[in-house]
Amino acid sequence: MSRGTARHDGIAGRAAIRPDPRAFALPGLALLGWWAAGRAGIADPHLLPSPGAVIRRAWAEIASGALPDAFAASLARDLAGFAIGATAGLAIGALLGLSRGAARLLGPGFLAWRQVALFAWVPLLALWFGSGETGKIAFIAVAALAPAAVNTWQGMAALPPAYGELARALGFRRRDTIRLIALPGALPAIATGLHTALIYAWLATIGAELFFNIAPGLAGRMNEGRETFQMDLLLVYLVVLGGTGIALNALAARLERLARRRIAPA
Amino acid sequence: MTAITARPPAAEGARQAGIAVARLGKSFAIAGRTVEALRDVSLTVRPGEFVAIVGASGCGKSTLLRVILGLESADRGEVLVDGRPVRGPGLDRGIVFQDHRLLPWLTAEGNVMAALQSARMSRSARREAARAQLALVGLAGFADAYPAQLSGGMAQRVAIARALVARPRILLLDEPLGALDALTRLRLQDELRRLTRQEGMMAILVTHDVDEAVYLGDRVVVMHPSPGRVVATLPVTLGPARDRSAPGFIRLRDRVMQALQPDLLPAAAIL
Repeated sequence: MSRGTARHDGIAGRAAIRPDPRAFALPGLALLGWWAAGRAGIADPHLLPSPGAVIRRAWAEIASGALPDAFAASLARDLAGFAIGATAGLAIGALLGLSRGAARLLGPGFLAWRQVALFAWVPLLALWFGSGETGKIAFIAVAALAPAAVNTWQGMAALPPAYGELARALGFRRRDTIRLIALPGALPAIATGLHTALIYAWLATIGAELFFNIAPGLAGRMNEGRETFQMDLLLVYLVVLGGTGIALNALAARLERLARRRIAPA
Repeated sequence: MTAITARPPAAEGARQAGIAVARLGKSFAIAGRTVEALRDVSLTVRPGEFVAIVGASGCGKSTLLRVILGLESADRGEVLVDGRPVRGPGLDRGIVFQDHRLLPWLTAEGNVMAALQSARMSRSARREAARAQLALVGLAGFADAYPAQLSGGMAQRVAIARALVARPRILLLDEPLGALDALTRLRLQDELRRLTRQEGMMAILVTHDVDEAVYLGDRVVVMHPSPGRVVATLPVTLGPARDRSAPGFIRLRDRVMQALQPDLLPAAAIL
């Protein structure tokens, strides 16, 4: 069977681009400059500790268990918020995509709601859900909800009307239409939505830890570093946050490609 | 309804079996203009009969088929199948569209099985029926293939299998071979004839190919556009084995052609 044949569609093709080795030149130069500045005594080590100091601090954070604990706490929070937000987003998107009446009635309101900047929710959610764990997860869920909902909605609404006609000609019930036409037809869009939702959820996780009450977590630990003026600690966690974001994005891109290939296998 | 008194004798006679289309009328509003797609269209199909409808594009032949399928309702008149008015699509009527309209994420088998979704059958029985039907259209080895892996002719065969798998009494064909190359079209015409004969089903074929209409039809109905109406019904008295180059075939083809375009001279006269 030849169902696994690779296919060149836009997103998968773009995600598969390999970076040119020269792309590493700029970050490498910056690193070199950072090291040289510390070496030459130009940079105040309190404001910009040397790369060596940051690496030593990172090692200490790992050895003490502070970094693994913070990492686990952030990831758990991220995934909990993502799961809630993405599920709600899928449900809302499916409702808007499947029912023209719902789209007409609720669609404009939903699109307007989306225009509220994400971080404007912080004070409101803090009052509603408290500034502790519940508030943080609610904030992450709100962040993940919008892209999941919008992409699911548009993916289903963009399906050719000919499929709707076919569903009627074959006597499909609503659930047959959802299972055999709407869901598989919208799956590429849904995968894109979940991918985006995962990125938004991670950004919101960092935001929640910085703007809500201090709690264990990567950005929570950064807050501690800021208050005690430990620049090396801040830099360690900055790198970890970036790296985690990149890893999550790569994982999501891979899953999205897989979903697309499953749906359109030729 | 006034239809009881207004119904023409043809519909009265078909109270028992077959399709009776009685004085259908339908208009669309397109860009602010009213287009009369069907005016006073009547048609009967007897059990086991194959009726071919020819006409230029815009003559309402596809609309007629969609009303018979139940995808659209008429403004006036009604469609009776075995004496019962059509209210919507049903398993007694199978359709093949011009585009194969297979779902790209389902295999050939999955696409055929989809037509049995509302049948009271177990999943394995549905799978078995789909496989058997695919074998009947000559695609026994392609049950696991996806539409994108099939040629146009093969995809249309899958669509035919999907239309037939629920054992409909009526097969509706909306220019099903229009998008295929000439050779594949000839081959599938033979297939369609074999399959409908075998099952003894009624078929209504909508086409703009006069040759195809005469080759497949027991009767050829000619429609004219604006407003869409039936202008001629020609019985095909050629017997089941048809030879496209036989004089009788060519004569009939010319008559259909002339009914389509009355202002043109018959091809025989030009020769």
